[in-house]
Amino acid sequence: MNPTRKRRLIIVLLVLAAAVVAVGLTVFALQQNMNYLFTPSQVRSGQAEAYKTFRLGGMVKAGSIQRSGKSLQVGFTVVDADGAMPVEYTGILPDLFRDNQSVIATGHMDGDHFVATEVLAKHDETYMPKELKDAMEKAHHGGKAVAASGMPQ
Amino acid sequence: MTPELGQLALILAMLLALAQGVLPLVGAWRGNRALMAVARPAAAGQAVFVAMAFGLLVWAFLRFDFSVQYVADNSNLALPWYYRIAAVWGAHEGSMLLWVLILNVWTVALAAFSRQLPEAFLARVLGVLGIVAVGFLAFIIFTSNPFARLLPMPPDGGDLNPVLQDPGMTFHPPVLYMGYVGFSVAFAFSIAALLGGSLEQGWVRWARPWTNAAWAFLTCGIVAGSWWAYAELGWGGWWFWDPVENASFMPWLVGVALIHAQAVTEKRGSLRAWTILLSIFAFSLSLLGTFLVRSGVLTSVHAFASDPRRGLYILAFLAIVIGGSLLLYAVRAPKVAGGKAFALLSRETVILIANLMFTVAAAMVLLGTLFPLIGDALHLGKISVGPPYFGFLFPLLMLPVVLLLPFGPFLRWGKSEAGPLKSVLLRVTVAAVACAIVAAFFVQGQARAIAGVAAAVWSGVGTLLYVYKRWREMPRGRRYPAEMAGMLLAHFGLGVFLVGVLLSESLSVTRDVRMAPGDTQTVGTYTFRFDGVHATRGPNWHAEQGTVTVLQDGRTIDVMHPQKRTYPRGQVQTESAIDPGVTRDLYVALGEPMDPNNLEGAWALRLYAKPFVRWIWGGGLFMMLGGFVAAADRRFRAGRAPAKVAVEPVLPAKESRA
Repeated sequence: MNPTRKRRLIIVLLVLAAAVVAVGLTVFALQQNMNYLFTPSQVRSGQAEAYKTFRLGGMVKAGSIQRSGKSLQVGFTVVDADGAMPVEYTGILPDLFRDNQSVIATGHMDGDHFVATEVLAKHDETYMPKELKDAMEKAHHGGKAVAASGMPQ
Repeated sequence: MTPELGQLALILAMLLALAQGVLPLVGAWRGNRALMAVARPAAAGQAVFVAMAFGLLVWAFLRFDFSVQYVADNSNLALPWYYRIAAVWGAHEGSMLLWVLILNVWTVALAAFSRQLPEAFLARVLGVLGIVAVGFLAFIIFTSNPFARLLPMPPDGGDLNPVLQDPGMTFHPPVLYMGYVGFSVAFAFSIAALLGGSLEQGWVRWARPWTNAAWAFLTCGIVAGSWWAYAELGWGGWWFWDPVENASFMPWLVGVALIHAQAVTEKRGSLRAWTILLSIFAFSLSLLGTFLVRSGVLTSVHAFASDPRRGLYILAFLAIVIGGSLLLYAVRAPKVAGGKAFALLSRETVILIANLMFTVAAAMVLLGTLFPLIGDALHLGKISVGPPYFGFLFPLLMLPVVLLLPFGPFLRWGKSEAGPLKSVLLRVTVAAVACAIVAAFFVQGQARAIAGVAAAVWSGVGTLLYVYKRWREMPRGRRYPAEMAGMLLAHFGLGVFLVGVLLSESLSVTRDVRMAPGDTQTVGTYTFRFDGVHATRGPNWHAEQGTVTVLQDGRTIDVMHPQKRTYPRGQVQTESAIDPGVTRDLYVALGEPMDPNNLEGAWALRLYAKPFVRWIWGGGLFMMLGGFVAAADRRFRAGRAPAKVAVEPVLPAKESRA
């Protein structure tokens, strides 16, 4: 084999080997770390049952935030137009966390409530994350736009 | 009146950019010297008008001209002057203008320092940069005009996003953009080379210093961004695999591959087509990054705009630039390919492996970043890819790079002997194992910390061995040419970075605690005492400020003041307090009051002790320095031979074997 061909063969083999390994690992890592977003009513209707860890999105129900007197444990209720879900979390809540704020919590179901390991509330009250807005519209029958005032308070 | 002048300046700049983009390319194609000569003055004129537009926008901010929508949205009367200047690039419209301004800085620098380039080649390079400028200026003028009026004029403006009100913010975006936009120069060189065919093969040498400098700026911008996230945003994290961080990281990864591939192409003539492809990728990812961040397609803290017209324009622009250049590549690349063969055991092979790893890593990050969009398009539901995806794959991909790093400089171009490598292997292994054993006693068997010490010693000692070899074998004055010194600095920086990442990630102690005044908490060997909270205020905010006293062995080592700030529009921003150190950072952030009606009472606090966390940015700064030092090599400036001279640049035999 002449040197040029040999070099090309080596390059092709290297690329091929790297591609196979990379694709395999990527698929594996993606499967492990894909987090789906569901709203409380979607969870209630059983759509999240197939997933151990998922993201719960919705609005914090006004007046639902309750702190434990001793530790950093906090409970609150996340609602969308048609459903509500109690959430339990231990730790420091983000700066923007408050009543009627749209939040996304990552965690898992424990019985009839959701245990969050992370709570995000990145946007101010006039703006809802696009993906959450879409999910809430989809969850609401008829796909009508969900206004904050239309929420069960 | 002045905002209209700004608008006018932008339109004139676009017309000049059009002239700069079209005429020289036609001239180079037709061999018309008069048309080629348009490039330089058109570029200079465009720069003047863009600078004027930018200056007028700064002026509008400084004068509180709230009749300009953009000014009214992003500043108010209480905002200090330095943040009003930073507010110029605090949102979408202004940051696009900053992008174009920086593109003009690069273009003018290129026009000024490239008088030795062949006429037609320079005309093509400036022409390509002109076309890019047209794309951006049209985007600003038609979809994102920063000078749009707001009538009637409000008495006071809104506010700059509080997370952006930080000294880091004045610095981070311009430097990052210097890097992003800098890759447009490497891109323009590649496109010019494709257009010129086989005529100008010396172009890689001319492109190298620009690419190195752009990469160094990008490194600096990412380091600054990471530091800003640590101090300002992230409750002590330094990297989150957030879409926006990824957007800057992808061109960086491809940039690493590119500067190494350019070295191979310049010195050996091989991998020529690959080098061109990489520079197209690097620039495409820079464009994608710019738009990804600002278009709001991905939910992120950084996303400001959400206007469908913009999205459409961006998509079309990306399609033209990426599609067009790849098409040109497909047609012309066979004409520029060639170069010398190399054996399996050679420096080329090692660089090629590292290149593949970096490219695959960039593709992996791209997939993870765009996956929510893909999932949306395919109706898979609302998906996000968690940080563990990146955290799992990235170290795996970088492992071969770290393992090969010590050997790269010792290998010869073309074909290498195994003998010297064995002694290098033996020495770095002994050093790494010895240090790992010592480290094991200090860190109580934390596997990741031990691996960190071993990996850092492996790459650090490997680099130092080569430094020593040059010191011993070369005469004074010829030991470390700037290009090599830059390489060694950057490689050493990787070792420093590894110490920072692996030690801080594994040995950090985090405590989220509830503390009443007088309470103490122990974190590692440090005792934190919470001394309560009092009110304070700044130029445009008021805050609750906590006092936390840190004790070690009964001695007070620091009194820290974390704050919870409230800005005029009611936005709340946590200001952490950091006690910096070479071997550890202490970090305190104020959470929320346990009882909102009793601010004097108990609060939630986050306490951190982070060993060696500063080494992360230290390593990044070494890499940045390496990029700049290499870019300054005299060889790139002095040795500019006319185009007809050979594929092989003039290099003393010893140098190329080193």
